[in-house]
This record gives sequence, C-alpha cells and structure tokens, in this order.
Amino acid sequence: MPGPRRSGMLWAALVAVTVGACAPKTGPGLINDPYEAQNRENHAFNVAFDSHVLQPVSQAYGKSVPGPLRRGVSNFSQNLDLPSYALNDILQARFASAGQNVLRFAFNTVFGIGGIFDPAGALGLPPAENDFGRTLYVWGAPEGAYLEVPFLGPSTQRDLAGTVVDIVTDPVNYIFPKRMHNYPTAAHLAARVGDRYKYNSLINSILHAPGSYQQERLIYLEKRHHDLGMPEQAPTFDPYEDPYGK
Amino acid sequence: MASELTRRRLLAGVFGGAAVVGLARPALALDTAAARALVDAVVAEVNRIINSGASEAQMFAEFQALFAKYADVPIIARAALGIAARSASPAQMTAFTQAFEGYLSRKYGRRFREFIGGKIQVTNAYPLNNFYEVDSTATLRGQPPFDLRWWVSNKSGRDLFFNMVIDGVNMLATERTQIGAMLDQEHGNLDALITRLKTAG
Repeated sequence: MPGPRRSGMLWAALVAVTVGACAPKTGPGLINDPYEAQNRENHAFNVAFDSHVLQPVSQAYGKSVPGPLRRGVSNFSQNLDLPSYALNDILQARFASAGQNVLRFAFNTVFGIGGIFDPAGALGLPPAENDFGRTLYVWGAPEGAYLEVPFLGPSTQRDLAGTVVDIVTDPVNYIFPKRMHNYPTAAHLAARVGDRYKYNSLINSILHAPGSYQQERLIYLEKRHHDLGMPEQAPTFDPYEDPYGK
Repeated sequence: MASELTRRRLLAGVFGGAAVVGLARPALALDTAAARALVDAVVAEVNRIINSGASEAQMFAEFQALFAKYADVPIIARAALGIAARSASPAQMTAFTQAFEGYLSRKYGRRFREFIGGKIQVTNAYPLNNFYEVDSTATLRGQPPFDLRWWVSNKSGRDLFFNMVIDGVNMLATERTQIGAMLDQEHGNLDALITRLKTAG
C-alpha cells in the first residue's frame, strides 16, 4: 500500500524523468554532464565514504565471514531481486525472461532454502537481470544527464528514476511479512559489502586512481549502454588515422 | 636484338611488378580469417597463462610478452597519451611506450588474473570501419559470461590488436582518460609521468 512517502518518491522519480527529457542533448561521443560540479562534489563524498567506511568494513567482513556464508548472503540477496526483474520483464513484454526469473525464484526459494543456495544456477538457469531504468529505456524515455548520487554512485536521470521506482514497487515488500521487512534490506547491504570485498582490486583501480571521476563516468555509461543493447556508436577515433585523437 | 631486350625488360618488369605485389601482399592480407587467427592465438595464450598456476609477478611478465608480441603497443601508447604525444621527443616517446607497456601488462594482467579457472572463446569476426573486430566470450566461474571484443589492424605492417572492448568498456578510451588524468596530476610533465608509469597499474 503506497503511503504518502512512497508516492512522494514516485513523483520525484517522474519529475526526474521529465527534467531528463528537457536536459540538453549532446552530440555523439560527448557526455551529457551539465551537473558536473555537483556530481564531482558527490563523487568526492563517495570516494571518502569508500575509503573511510565501505572499504574497511568490507575488508573486515571478507576476512571474518567465511566464503560459503558470504556466498549464502549474496545468493539470498540476489534471489530477492528476481521478483523485481520479473515485474520489469512484464512491463517490457519480455515474457520468456519473466518466466525464467519466476521459475528461478520459485526453484531457489524452495530447493535453495529461501534462496541461500543457488541450485537453479547449477542447472543452467541464470537470472536475467532487469530494472526500471531499462523499462524506461524500452519505453523510449531519454537518458537525461549523467548523475553521481551520494552512496549510490554513478547513474543517469533515467537510471536514478528507475532505481527509485524499483525500490518503491519491489514485489518483495508486498510478499514478505511486515515484521521481517528489515531482512531484505540487511541482506542487500551485506551483499553490497561482500561485492566490495570481492572486487576490491578492480574497484580500487578505478575509484582510487587519478581521474576517477571521469573514469567512473565513462565506464558506467559504456557498460550501461552495452547492457541496454543500445545501438553501438561508431568508434570515436581511429588511432591509425588520427593518433592524437583531437 | 632491341626488340628482344625490350621483351626481356618488359617480362622483367612484369615479373618484378608481380614480385613487388607479392611482397606487399602479406601486409594487405589481413582479412576476417587472419584477424580471427590472431585473436585465436592471443586467447590461447591468455588461457594458458591464467591457468598455468604461475605467480603474479611471472604472469605480469608473460602478459607483457603477450602485449609485445600481439598488440600494437606504440599506437595504443600514442593514442593514450593523446595531444601530449605531439610535443614529445622521440626519446620520450620510446621511454613512454616502454613504461606504458609495463603499466598495461600489470593493469590488464591483474584483470585477466581474475579469470583464473575460466576461459575465453572466440565466437565471431567481421570487418569494422578500417579494421576487423573479433568477438570472444569470457566464461568465468560463478559469474555470467561476458563479451570481450578485439580490434585488429595491419596498419603497423603486422597483424596486431590495438584495442579491447571488455563488456562494453573500451580500453583505448579508458586509458586516454586515465593517462590524461595522470599527466594533469604531474602538471603536464611527461618525464614525471613516465617515471610514475613504471610502477603504476
């Protein structure tokens, strides 16, 4: 039942999409980052938060919690993402993916003891990741400006709106008994800490390197466009024709 | 007599020309199959290195040898340095390219090391712009597979790859940003950047 806070967030998301639609368009190869100054402030905050909190906590977590237990937490968290994937699959008329995600959710919830284990994965039934940012893309919403959000990291106006909608509409909140509502949140946070531990070297090489703001922005957008299956942009320059890449 | 000479000359000229064409052919011979063969060799080498059980330092040395053999490191280095390459002296470019090769091997060697126990398979190859793109899929343990694309050109005189696109992320573009930011931090001092690159990655 959407309370006033929830509908407030929904409105915020819709406003973000509308604002995104009005954001200045950019040419090919150019990054749409009109809020760069604010984004850089948020980036500095995120980097400091990572150095002082997330990275040390993840190291403590990774070193004190045994691998199988960490995997169990991660599986449990990922299992809870599946209903939301399926919801977005339906919104995008991707019914095969919806079936795959529902089947995986049912199978792992039952045979993987609430999703702690991943027997479906072992049988070749992987998750088909999805989110409302992608739904907005499929529906034709423009990407809008690049954003870096405190705690959340890199995003775009469209993706941030999608994240908010995914949180508000997450079917798990309606499936889970009310008194257990903290469990999914706790599992997601622990899984995120676990990921920070697992990809420590990769994340450090991006986040704690010179030019980390531009680097993260470029990598996020390239990867996101790739995941969305956006039409590939022609290579921005040919190093043999133009070695200095004006 | 004269006509004989002319005929010989003509024949020599024709054969000579054919010889020149023949010599030039290897450089022009890059096609889908050759590009694919190059990446097949690279991928076999990567698979061998990551599953060899060698130490990190040994693997970095092997990756450096791999880059030196199969990648057009000078063009990657020059593109990564960008406009600053224009005002660099030849000696600086040589030093930069060498330091960059080590940096590249450590940085991407570290990423490839995360593939231990997994493998890469070439799936497709086709012409793209003025070069060839070869697609491969990396299958790692406990992770969904992702695609790894290689850009191959023969413009250096040999068939070499000059870019990798890892799950949509373009190495050349990433390194331009990275090297540019490092150079900014060194206040545009190329020699300082070279010194720094010798241990970076």
